[in-house]
Amino acid sequence: MEEKTLKDMKEEEIRKMEKKTLKDMKEKEEKEEEMRKLELMLSNIEIKGLSNETLDGIKCMTLYTDIYIVATDSNQVFNAKMYSKYKEFHNDYLNDIVLPHLRLHHGEFLLKEFETSWAHYSKVIHNRLHLYFRYLGRYYVAREKLLNLNDVGNRCFIDLLYEEMRSRVMDAVICLINKERDGAKIDRELVKKVVNVFEELKLYEDIFEERIVAGTKDYYSKKASLWISENSCPEFMLKVEECLEKEENMVRDCMKPATEQKIVSEVEHKLLVLHSTQLFDKEYSGLKKLLEDGKVVDLARMYRLYSRVHDGLQHVCLAFKNHVTAQGMALVRQTEIEVNKHVVKNDVGALQNQQVHLIMEFIKLHEVYLSYVNDYFQSNSMFFKVLKEAFEVFCNKSIAGVSPAELLSIFCDQTLKKKSCDNDKSTEDTIDDVVKLLVYISDKDMFAEFHRKKLARRLLFNKSDSDEHERYLLTKLKQKCGRHFTSKMEGMVTDLTLCQDTTASFTDYLRDNPDMNPGFDLTVTVLTIGFWPSYKTCTFNLPPEMLRCVEAFKQFYQTRTKRTRITWLFSLGTCTIVGKFEPKTMDLIVTTLQASVLLLFNSANRLSYSDIKDQLDLPEEDVTRLLHSLSCAKYKILKKEPDTKTISKTDYFEFNSMFTDRLKRIKVPFPLVDDRKKVIETVVSDRRHAIEAAIVRIMKFRKVLGHHQLMSECAEVLSSTFRPDFKIIKLQIESLISRDYLERDSKDHSVYRYLA
Amino acid sequence: MGKGGWRPQKKVLILYSQCHWFFCLWVFSPEGIESFCLAVGIDHTDVRILMLAWKMQAEKQGYFTLDEWRRGLSALHADTILKIRKRLQELEKEVMRPTNFLDFYVYAFCYSLAEEKQKNIDIESACELLTVVLGFRFPLQVSKFIEYLKSQNDYKVINLDQWTSFLRFCNEINFPSLDNYDAELAWPLILDNFVEWMRENL
Repeated sequence: MEEKTLKDMKEEEIRKMEKKTLKDMKEKEEKEEEMRKLELMLSNIEIKGLSNETLDGIKCMTLYTDIYIVATDSNQVFNAKMYSKYKEFHNDYLNDIVLPHLRLHHGEFLLKEFETSWAHYSKVIHNRLHLYFRYLGRYYVAREKLLNLNDVGNRCFIDLLYEEMRSRVMDAVICLINKERDGAKIDRELVKKVVNVFEELKLYEDIFEERIVAGTKDYYSKKASLWISENSCPEFMLKVEECLEKEENMVRDCMKPATEQKIVSEVEHKLLVLHSTQLFDKEYSGLKKLLEDGKVVDLARMYRLYSRVHDGLQHVCLAFKNHVTAQGMALVRQTEIEVNKHVVKNDVGALQNQQVHLIMEFIKLHEVYLSYVNDYFQSNSMFFKVLKEAFEVFCNKSIAGVSPAELLSIFCDQTLKKKSCDNDKSTEDTIDDVVKLLVYISDKDMFAEFHRKKLARRLLFNKSDSDEHERYLLTKLKQKCGRHFTSKMEGMVTDLTLCQDTTASFTDYLRDNPDMNPGFDLTVTVLTIGFWPSYKTCTFNLPPEMLRCVEAFKQFYQTRTKRTRITWLFSLGTCTIVGKFEPKTMDLIVTTLQASVLLLFNSANRLSYSDIKDQLDLPEEDVTRLLHSLSCAKYKILKKEPDTKTISKTDYFEFNSMFTDRLKRIKVPFPLVDDRKKVIETVVSDRRHAIEAAIVRIMKFRKVLGHHQLMSECAEVLSSTFRPDFKIIKLQIESLISRDYLERDSKDHSVYRYLA
Repeated sequence: MGKGGWRPQKKVLILYSQCHWFFCLWVFSPEGIESFCLAVGIDHTDVRILMLAWKMQAEKQGYFTLDEWRRGLSALHADTILKIRKRLQELEKEVMRPTNFLDFYVYAFCYSLAEEKQKNIDIESACELLTVVLGFRFPLQVSKFIEYLKSQNDYKVINLDQWTSFLRFCNEINFPSLDNYDAELAWPLILDNFVEWMRENL
């Protein structure tokens, strides 16, 4: 029996194995059957069927399930196949349906087709396929890290249609856009849709933007060369402005915002940059001409356009500067010619008028071009700078030997002397203009000195129209140039205000001390030394009447302060003298010195030149001038023997009792000596001191400094007051070396050392 | 002090007293110098006397003190007239060396200052001194510069800074082309004016 069992057991085993194998084989067969069925099924899924909108739900389910079964197969054999099948489906569709369709159409229709094809493809076909193959996507694709199903669709589209899109589709788009540029109306919505397609395909920058920008380049290159030759500068600019507006509009409407900058810069480049030289240099309408003709609207447009371009305004700025400089220089030259004419004729009045006129012209010029910068050049700082540079060029040119600082002071003098009945401009505005011009003049200290001299004359001879205006000018100058600039002048004005107090006290004093009263009306103006320009004092014998006045005041002043000492400047005083002439008694307004000459004739009817000189004890030239003013000038109060036009030392003078005039009160002019040279000398010597002080200050701080640096620092420190001559700086350095304030470095001769 | 040490000193003293007739103040006076020069065989305006003075570091022009005399002659290693004559030639070469020449040149200026507190030499004396000190070395520059100095009115004296700068000028600037002269550098104004004058009168 045991044998049987063993045998049986073996048999059983064999039988079991056989069964198993059979089972396996069966299973395998079944599986294979399934596979084949599936394959058949897959190959049977026709696209046409897919593209049908109305696909019934059952078919969908079956498809999905079939695919599911294959995908879940333990063999995993079919997954790769299915994946590639998936791709195949896409490609087939694109190749069989889409491409042919596109190839049939052109232009706008092409775009429409393109857009709809894509829409259909991505929304319908692709989504459907995706739906069915979803299980595959979730597991197989993710596991194998393949391109996910979504992207496969896009990829297929891109691969097959890339060239098509790049060339034909984009050509159509560009064509359409150019049509709009030429003025036609196009279907912007279509363009927008095409843009969307590219965006979805993530090819916007690569294909669309690139080709659009290239298209813009081409278009505007052609247009630019055409327009530049056909149009004048203003016309061209108008066109450019319009184009830019239109382009911006279009891009904002249809395309992505990033494209705007690229397109606009292309347009700017082609229209504005490439042809800028040609544009500016146009003979009858170019930049120079626009400035000359004052075509401000066009200039403003030019500014607007070129401010968009990098460094675009350089040229405009330069042209502006040259224009302003040319205008200024023309004024200078013109005035020089006129002035020389008057110098030849020795016509002082006309000469001064020309000089004043020039300053007024400068002021007007400044106003005009300042408004240009503010109104048309949008207050750009570059333009302010060149305006300043231009003015600095011609505002520093001398006219017939008279420096601009002096010219300005003459103008100032006249303005402040005038009665404020000027209708067109208030004095204060004129003063503002003067200060504005002063900024451009480099010799500001020269102006200060001249102004101080003239101010003194105005204050002392009461020629100034209004105290307020004087103070206003000084305030403005202080603001612009600093306190030290106006400190002396302010002192002068203050002195005069203080004088009123002094005069009041003096009157009181005389009232209280009647015996001191000289019997004449006396006003004394006390000037503080240092504020006022220096006047030379000379020996002088006062007539007894005046002597009494002087004594009285002296006594009075002692009571006020014992410490200060007063020196009398008779050359600056005025006197009203009563002249008892036979026709009528007249009041003569003369200077103190003239009065003393006349008073001599109270005690003698006829005097010789030497008599007068001896009695007055004045220098000869002063005597000559005095006598000339009284006997050879406008009013002949003294008769001169011989009756020549000049004074000589052998002349005799007699009181002219027959002298008369229409008016009852006349002013006998006494021409003041021309002290221009003295003013200039003062300024030059002050400058020397200022330079020396600056050098010492700098070297004290730096201890060791090279030659160039010292020169430039020195010039900079002094720049607010004047422009120092480098030779003078060198001279002062040497002077300091020889006085052992500085020394040259023994190793490097161009380095200076401060010696404490 | 050994015998050897004393001897030269004594000889120097003898030499000194031989030449100096007016021996009151131990100071070698101009007359003494003149006779010394005669003895040595050079002109008293010769530059070598100046060089000798430099060697002596003499302070006052025209006068040598005993110390200075001693210093000079011992530096020359000379104690007889013959030796002095010989050494003077060598002295010339020594002075010509660039390191010494500047020192000598500056010394010449200071030596020529007539008074204690004086810092400048008048133009006339400066011209003479220049001829003596620089004439053999830079004849062209010196003659032109002297011509300029005599023709101008701005400067009445020369100071040390201008004096030293002139030597530098001769050494550095091409003459007479003056092409490497830059007025913007730290040259003294007198040289700027000189160059301008040269360019105008070329």
